[in-house]
Amino acid sequence: MIEQLPWREAVASKFSVETDAVKTISLDVRDWPGHRAGQHVDVRLTADDGYVAQRSYSLGTRAGTAQSIDLTVERVPDGEVSPFLHDVLQVGEAIEVRGPIGGYFTWEPNAERPLMLVAGGSGIVPLMSMLRTWAAAPVRPQAALLYSSRSQGHIIYRGELDELRDRNDAFRLSHSLTRGTPPDWRGETGRIGRATLERHGFAPLENPAIYVCGPTPFVEAISEALLGIGHQEQAVRTERFGPSGGGA
Amino acid sequence: MTEDFVPLDGNAAAGTLRRIFAFDATAASVVCRTCSSSGPLAELSFFGRPGALVLRCRSCEAVNVRALETDTHLNLDLSGISLLKVGSPAGEAQ
Repeated sequence: MIEQLPWREAVASKFSVETDAVKTISLDVRDWPGHRAGQHVDVRLTADDGYVAQRSYSLGTRAGTAQSIDLTVERVPDGEVSPFLHDVLQVGEAIEVRGPIGGYFTWEPNAERPLMLVAGGSGIVPLMSMLRTWAAAPVRPQAALLYSSRSQGHIIYRGELDELRDRNDAFRLSHSLTRGTPPDWRGETGRIGRATLERHGFAPLENPAIYVCGPTPFVEAISEALLGIGHQEQAVRTERFGPSGGGA
Repeated sequence: MTEDFVPLDGNAAAGTLRRIFAFDATAASVVCRTCSSSGPLAELSFFGRPGALVLRCRSCEAVNVRALETDTHLNLDLSGISLLKVGSPAGEAQ
C-alpha cells in the first residue's frame, strides 16, 4: 500500500502549563511536511505489551513548515492518552504522530471574508492555530473570537489572546464565562446565544467565514443560533470535541 | 470505557481516510443511503477511535462509513452512503 500519510517520530521538547488541566506539548518532528491552520494529527502510543492507543489532537501552531509543532491537550482523568502525555512523557522522549490531517476545518489567509471564530473550552485549540496564522499573515481580514469557558481560570491562551487584542484593532475578543465570574468581570456571562453572537460577531451581510469548535452540545447550539440569526449553513464549519468513550 | 477529550465528528476520520483517498475526504459531501440527507462527511457522528471507526448520519443515525486499519491493511465500508460528492461546494467557508 502506498503510504500517503506515514507515522513519524515526534520528540517532546517542551511542556507549558496553560490551565490546571491543560498543557501544551511541543514536539520536534523531522521532515514535518508543514500544515494549514485548523488541521490536526493522529497520535499513537504503543505499550510494551503491544497495546495501541490512538487519538486525534488539533495543532495549535500557526500554519507553516516549522519542524516544531504544538499540541494543547486537556488531561482527562480516565483517559488513555492524555494522562500519559501530561504525567509520563518526558522531554527527549518520542511518540508517533501522523499528519497533518484535515481539509474541511481549515482556514487559509485571505482578506475577502471576515474570520469569525466561536470556541467552547478545548475547542479553542484549532481556532488558535487560525488566529496565530491570521496574526502573521501579510494579507488578512477582520477577525473576531467568541470564547466560552467555565471560569477565568479555565481560559486557555488567556495572556496571548489579550495581547493579540491589544495589538490589533482588526481583532475583536469576547469571553463568556458559564460558571464563575470574578468580581470585576466585564465580559459576557452564561452560554453564548444569539444575542452574544450578534453583539460580538459579524453580521450575515458581512459574509464571514465561521468556524465553531468545542463539545458537541456547544457546537450544535451555536450552529443553530447562527442559522437563527441569518447565517448560511455553508458559511459555518464545525469540529466537535468530546469524551472518546461514546459518540457525539 | 476510557475517555479522552478528542474530536468527535467526521474530522477525526480524516487520517484513516487519507490512506485510501488521493484527497481529503472529510470535505466531501455524502448522501445517506437510509434517509437521503446530505452534508459534509466531516459533520457525521464519530464513534470508536482513529483506525477503528464508525461514522453515523446525524439525522437518522444509520451507519454511513466503517473503517478498520492496521499497519498493512485498510478495510473500508462505504455501503451506508449512496453518493460521495467531491469538489468545491458553493460558498464554502474561506
